[in-house]
Amino acid sequence: MTLDVARIRKDFPILERRVRDGQPLVYLDSANTSQKPRQVLDAMDDFYERHNANIHRATHQLGEEATQAYEGARAKVVPFVGASEPAEVVFAKNVSEAINLVAYAMGNAAAAGQRGRFSLGPGDEIVITEMEHHSNIVPWQLLCQRTGATLRWFGVTPDGRLDTSGIDGLITERTKLVALVHQSNVLGTINPVRAIADRAHAAGALVLIDAAQSVPHMPVDVTALGADFLGFTAHKMCGPTGIGVLWGRRELLEEMPPFLGGGEMIEQVWIDHSTFAPPPHKFEAGTMPIAQAVGLGAAIDYLSEVGLPAVREHEHGLIDQALSALREIDGVRILGPAEPVDRGAAISFTVDGVHPHDVSQVLDERGIAVRAGHHCAWPLHRAMGIQASTRASFYLYNTRDEVDALAEGIRETQRFFGAVPPGGVAGSGLAERGVAGSGKAESN
Amino acid sequence: MRLESLYQEIILDHYRHPHHSGLREPFDAEVRHVNPVCGDEVTLRVVLKDSDAGPVVADVSYEALGCSISQASVSVLADLLIGRPVSEAMHAGDEFLTLMQSQGEGEPDEGVLGDAVAFAGVSKYPARIKCALLSWMAWKDATARAMHAREPA
Repeated sequence: MTLDVARIRKDFPILERRVRDGQPLVYLDSANTSQKPRQVLDAMDDFYERHNANIHRATHQLGEEATQAYEGARAKVVPFVGASEPAEVVFAKNVSEAINLVAYAMGNAAAAGQRGRFSLGPGDEIVITEMEHHSNIVPWQLLCQRTGATLRWFGVTPDGRLDTSGIDGLITERTKLVALVHQSNVLGTINPVRAIADRAHAAGALVLIDAAQSVPHMPVDVTALGADFLGFTAHKMCGPTGIGVLWGRRELLEEMPPFLGGGEMIEQVWIDHSTFAPPPHKFEAGTMPIAQAVGLGAAIDYLSEVGLPAVREHEHGLIDQALSALREIDGVRILGPAEPVDRGAAISFTVDGVHPHDVSQVLDERGIAVRAGHHCAWPLHRAMGIQASTRASFYLYNTRDEVDALAEGIRETQRFFGAVPPGGVAGSGLAERGVAGSGKAESN
Repeated sequence: MRLESLYQEIILDHYRHPHHSGLREPFDAEVRHVNPVCGDEVTLRVVLKDSDAGPVVADVSYEALGCSISQASVSVLADLLIGRPVSEAMHAGDEFLTLMQSQGEGEPDEGVLGDAVAFAGVSKYPARIKCALLSWMAWKDATARAMHAREPA
């Protein structure tokens, strides 16, 4: 099950790039967006060059081929995440839109005065966690504002695990929905989704899983996870931007009111009212990203051929190496679980005396692409008591040499900013600023 | 090495030892600006005083959290603008904005911008321009508010 990384790298043309004055690209930002293999690029080119037409409505040969390609991609999603049938697979722009779809459908149910699983109002509760990406926080804040429901959340332990100690008080008969991330985009933490889902279901609540960071990296089965809804996006799994998936249990999708209204999502339209198509089409208004769906299908083929168990094993080796390498650097604090157990291949860290933006700048100068900032997880950073962090994230095409390059780049950052502890003068910790004089200081 | 063109020694000096930092009383206006991309933030206060040449920047005080570029920028700004007539200071702000938009081609006037010319290299790094501009935008906002407050009702 060992990956032939050298062979895999040949599939990704962009990994040949030289950046910043001729240095080889070390791409450690796949949690942000992954690179795309030639197989995916070729599939999209082939669609545009040979089959392009609109879907479901064109009555000519190209229209048939395009429809087949689009629905073929949907069919590929089914076994990939353990779904039961294509009707459970709704295409959306990305995970943000997938989550908004559910949130707005619930708001629509409430506004229409419907009773049932989707409707909510004052006294009802939505439960999220402190380690969510903004995309799994803000839509629920907005839903609560629209409906008068209350937002509650799980906290995070100091070592970056979900704090489930208060679960009895959090998930109650008032809970309508629990929305949580499968794998944290910052900490790499893989959450005990099934256990939480079981508790939610026992309380009569629905469960939505943000799987943006897990589906690309490991086998995911929606039934095994106990999900009612699960979202993931193509661009983090070797596919194109512009398309993601909301998987939902069929009976829920049938019951749930639509989100976006428009073409293709209807059954019949009168001037004053409409009836709607069955799922998944009820949730796919307007012309969808057709070529992107084809790209997603090709990405699923690619990952399936490589084998997600092998991808997970490869990344496990990289994160194990990265945790060890960064632990050895004085002044580096690793966020999230210190051991590679229930932990995916993203590692966020801080460097004493050097702001994450400056860390990423020095790394970039060496051709190493990482992400710096709050990674769309501001509440998590506040909970960890920091303003921002630097994140390196690995994928199937990364090598052990690239992990070494990261560690050496961090050391170089410390040298450049004069932040080599102990003994060395820290560049400028925040604590130092209080004693700053007004004259020009000597540089160090 | 290109890094040195970005991180000029003057910038690193100001970052390590910022000038005029801390929030001081009294003040005419206070603003808090945030860079939502990275979470950098600055709380900035201005005090204006009258002179024959019109209102003058009497003090700029601040608390800032952020990267070396944003921290150094607010320190340089305070150095440069304190004591200047508001009209001159606004001109310097415009010049700094122009420099940041110059994509590395700017030829800044040291007479107007002082140490702030050291930020010329930042304009080659699109992702960092907002870091350098954060405090300037905050200063402009605070000063506009302070000026507005001084207008007779």
